[in-house]
Amino acid sequence: MEEEIVLTMRGICKSFPGVKALNNVDFTLRKGEIHALMGENGAGKSTLIKVLTGVYEKDAGSIRVDGAEGEAHIHSPQQAQQIGISTVYQEISLCPNLTVAENMFIGRTSGSRVNWKEYEKRATEILGSLGIPAQAKQELSRCSLAVQQMVAIARAVDMNCKVLILDEPTSSLDEKEVAMLFKLMRDLKSRGVGIIFVTHFLEQVYEVSDRITVLRNGELVGEFTVQDLPQVQLVASMMGKSLNDLAELEQIGQKSRGDEDIVYEAQDLSSAECRPFDFSIRRGEVNGFTGLLGSGRSESVRAIFGADPVTGGKVRVKGKNVRITSPRDAMKNGIGYLPEDRKRDGIIADLSVRENINLALQVMRGFFHPMSKAQMRKFADEYIEALQIKTASQDTPIKSLSGGNQQKVILARWLLTHPDYLILDEPTRGIDVGTKLEIQRLVLKLAEENMSVTFISSEIEEMLRTCSRLIVMRDRKIVGELTGDELTQAHVMKTIAGGEA
Amino acid sequence: MADEKRTAQIRRREPLSDAQMLMLISIGIFAAMYVLAMLTLKGGFLKPQQIFDLLNDNAALIIISCSLTVVMIGGGINISVGGVIGLTVMSCALFLNNNGIENSALSILLTLLLALAIGLGFGVLQGFLVSYLEIQPFIVTLAGMFLARGLTTILSVNPVKVTHEGFLALVKTKLKISWLGYVAQNGNLIPAKIEIGAITAVCVVILMALMLRYAKLGRNIYAVGGNQQSALMLGINVKRTIFLSYVISGLLSGLAGFVFLMHKPAGNASVAMRSEMDAIAASIIGGTLLTGGVGNVIGTFFGAMILATIQKIIALSPLNASWWQEMANGAMLGFFIILQSVVLSARSKSRLRLFNNKASPGSGG
Amino acid sequence: MSKKTKSSSGLGQLLIPLVALAILIVFNLFRDISFFSIGMKVNNSGNIVLTGNLISIIDSASELAIISMGMTLVTAACGGQDISVGAVGAIAGAVFVKVLQGAGTITVGSVILGIVLCCLATILFKLFNGTLVAVFRIQPMIATLILYSCGRSIAYWINGDATPQLNSPIISSLGMTIPGIPVPTPIFAVLLVGLLLFLVFRFTSLSLYTQSVGINQGAARLNGINPTLIKLLSFILLGVCVAVAGVIGVCRLGQLNHKTLLVDIEMDAILAVAIGGNNLGGGRFKLSGSILGAYIIQMLTTTLYAMNVAPVNVKAYKAIVIIIIVVAGSPVVKSRLTALWNRRRSEPTRRAEPSKGVS
Repeated sequence: MEEEIVLTMRGICKSFPGVKALNNVDFTLRKGEIHALMGENGAGKSTLIKVLTGVYEKDAGSIRVDGAEGEAHIHSPQQAQQIGISTVYQEISLCPNLTVAENMFIGRTSGSRVNWKEYEKRATEILGSLGIPAQAKQELSRCSLAVQQMVAIARAVDMNCKVLILDEPTSSLDEKEVAMLFKLMRDLKSRGVGIIFVTHFLEQVYEVSDRITVLRNGELVGEFTVQDLPQVQLVASMMGKSLNDLAELEQIGQKSRGDEDIVYEAQDLSSAECRPFDFSIRRGEVNGFTGLLGSGRSESVRAIFGADPVTGGKVRVKGKNVRITSPRDAMKNGIGYLPEDRKRDGIIADLSVRENINLALQVMRGFFHPMSKAQMRKFADEYIEALQIKTASQDTPIKSLSGGNQQKVILARWLLTHPDYLILDEPTRGIDVGTKLEIQRLVLKLAEENMSVTFISSEIEEMLRTCSRLIVMRDRKIVGELTGDELTQAHVMKTIAGGEA
Repeated sequence: MADEKRTAQIRRREPLSDAQMLMLISIGIFAAMYVLAMLTLKGGFLKPQQIFDLLNDNAALIIISCSLTVVMIGGGINISVGGVIGLTVMSCALFLNNNGIENSALSILLTLLLALAIGLGFGVLQGFLVSYLEIQPFIVTLAGMFLARGLTTILSVNPVKVTHEGFLALVKTKLKISWLGYVAQNGNLIPAKIEIGAITAVCVVILMALMLRYAKLGRNIYAVGGNQQSALMLGINVKRTIFLSYVISGLLSGLAGFVFLMHKPAGNASVAMRSEMDAIAASIIGGTLLTGGVGNVIGTFFGAMILATIQKIIALSPLNASWWQEMANGAMLGFFIILQSVVLSARSKSRLRLFNNKASPGSGG
Repeated sequence: MSKKTKSSSGLGQLLIPLVALAILIVFNLFRDISFFSIGMKVNNSGNIVLTGNLISIIDSASELAIISMGMTLVTAACGGQDISVGAVGAIAGAVFVKVLQGAGTITVGSVILGIVLCCLATILFKLFNGTLVAVFRIQPMIATLILYSCGRSIAYWINGDATPQLNSPIISSLGMTIPGIPVPTPIFAVLLVGLLLFLVFRFTSLSLYTQSVGINQGAARLNGINPTLIKLLSFILLGVCVAVAGVIGVCRLGQLNHKTLLVDIEMDAILAVAIGGNNLGGGRFKLSGSILGAYIIQMLTTTLYAMNVAPVNVKAYKAIVIIIIVVAGSPVVKSRLTALWNRRRSEPTRRAEPSKGVS
């Protein structure tokens, strides 16, 4: 091949106590290509990237970077930057208390003085050329998360990197911003930058990538060009099984329900974060809130659960008027809520899996009725078994579990309280395909058992598979309610975008 | 387009950062307090000398407050500064009295170096433990404080007065500015007097302000205090930055000890006792957050001056008692702490609203 | 990152303090075995009491041990420390003395009334701290700096006289020994406070709630826990601890000196929490670790006194020992040592199978 290779990783191994995270993995990146790195959670993607950027030390194997002689020894992110490897992480890794310009230049300037004027000028130029709506002098914390992410990319772009790693860059961006990012990626590609693109969104992979490397259980499955690997096969190779399961799921989803009991009903409910809206859900129904990021879908369910200060409205649970102004009220009325941001609002990182599972039930029982350890043990075992949570033991702190398993723990926490109405806000975000399917299947099973579920996901397909009714939101208002035959991708998209205009 | 307009509006409406805002408040309060003192207490407060006296008497406090601000911006804390002053004062006093060097200037120079070396030693040790061994800064510097105080009493339990003539001459050396002076009752012109220590303190403030704003190290300290993980990812040597912040803090504490000795040429076991808490208070009043990443030394300077002014006012007022002083300090601190919290939470709320407003038109289009 | 989590649970956290205590004991065994001798003697008031260094260590660490327990809770819930415990302890002492002086004669009833009122007073002051921390969201160290700097003045203001005396057999039996019981009373106070907290942990889910709030306040709220209440509760419990410690401090001397009562105890208490292996940033905690930490500090002090170190110089030696303990407990040093240990153990095995790795 005449293509120029910028990065070669060969035979990379990395173990953690008890786990072999990477076993003899190869990875090759060519000049001017967008290379998707795919795999379920725990497949070793992030470990591979952390080895490449010097966050982890590899146990064995070699890394060669174009331009550097011999093997590259990368022991820190700084060293990685010096040899032309830049990373934009999923969680924004900039300093919120510095200005945009500073965030773009700090840590990579020579000399001991900071030339403010010059940096601000250069930052303004770069921001302008990339179309990023931010001011060089602005404090970063005053920018929206999406803009902060773009500043991080602008920084990497300006560093003349040969290898740009984008680790889940699109998970907090809306469609317009994703399009902007892709434009930027193609632009960089044409300048000869090799881009490693890590994402969970399959469609996005096919939209921009040239090549795909698939990992599974810390081992290399293979490297493919996009043309050679249709979407179905990609999923199959990531999961190591065929997709018959998926078809089966769609059949379950089509079942309609006739039960008329209304479990929860809200009139003119509003909170500090959302405008008044009406909503109701029947027993055994799965409904969804959809809309773009920032459309108010999360804020609405937060208002239902009392997570944000409720400012008005009437709420009836099973026909009785109730007041729900705090999560505790909601829990007492049989409502459970799995929050959108698992790390920030869901897990109690240092507590064990057992304590995390039992937390909500303990709160329901009350401060003066502590559960015995034996009881907690029993419940934890039960749900670790039922949801197949992969953990060394129930004493393991939840923070050392993979994302998908953490999510299952939170799910177990709410299932244990046996709610009548369970709200799941993006339960499948940032977790692997296999677990996504498991969760979808679980939602349908719960509905079968007469639990009402509100399911929110940014993947419309997922919602079409599980929900029998979709509430569409735009600009913090409900703009449509779709059921039955209207539940098609095209129709939902049209409603979200505001078809009449 | 709409977005751009909005950002422009935002910039016009909120040109101040949190730190600047809090700093301006403390400057305002200092000015108000001083004017009030001029109106009610009159006396000394009407003379420019009063300001210089505040500086002269509190030079060491100003210096250690700056040193604390630097560490606090980096997200740490250093409660050993008072102890280091005590140790420096005691060792320098003993050294001056007993070194037997004929050349007076050399002897004083060596004393200064000794002071800086003690500070550097503490800074390096504490910085190493905090940054490279990742031990909690409160505990490390608490141990540092115990060590410094203990070593002070090991050196001498009894007060030591400096007898070195050259140094005593230095103590008496003052910058005299006649046009800022006043005419005493007997008709003599008494010029305004500024001690070397006060000049040093002002220089330290200016130097630290420049360092924090224009030096790479200064910006790195802000970055590390703002978000340590991010700073690491941005390629900043986090450990070295934290280490250096403690080294600076240690050096300044040593310098403060020397300045203290120039103001009161005697060492004893309780020199600068509890001054670390005054220094922390000065930093907070000046707008530094203990969580790191926010603050500046100009604010700290005014924070220290506020504490100094309270002390002076109470000394001149009929309430002259040490416990009134403590109560007033506590009240002032409480006021600023609550003010900070209210201001910051109000601003973060408005910022959140702003973010939401921005998000909705963006997603609608 | 994920490596160090394993050792933090179970006994691992207590390893360092236990080793430190063992070293202190062994050191004293070799230095002077009579350090451990316990005897009986008749004290000034005619009671038979136990004497000896060990008794005096356990006795004089009482205030510290009690305050350390409360400090542990506040640390765990709020992720910061209350540095006003000494000053508020002085207020507690002042209230206690004021009540007894107001009552005229010192009887069991007036002492109990004094203790109750002094508990109320400290709880009130701690609620002030707690409100600043929980409602105004001010870092604990800063919030408590206010009372740290003016608490002793408030104590003075309550009780104008510099060192009011309390002369009564009831006071001395609270501060020293009860006639007929050879064990110093403050030790019972520690047991009592310990029992109280044990019961609180046993019959409520305070421990789980406190840890949840300390680790992730937002998530705790979404699970129906009220973080503000939990934080306030931790300050209330600390208030009770401080009141008990203050009363013991006053009774021990039979007088109140608002300048020296429980002076610098905040530093020692924070130290005890840290030596006990608790994270000063909040979250998981072990009460037993902090209590152990308190006795280690006192044992160290007493050992130094026994070695004829002047009381004013004790601080320097204490500092050195603290540095050694925290360095030994530092995660960096720990992981370096484990890595070294693992390498040494795995070396022979690695040499044995090099061919396997290649194929």
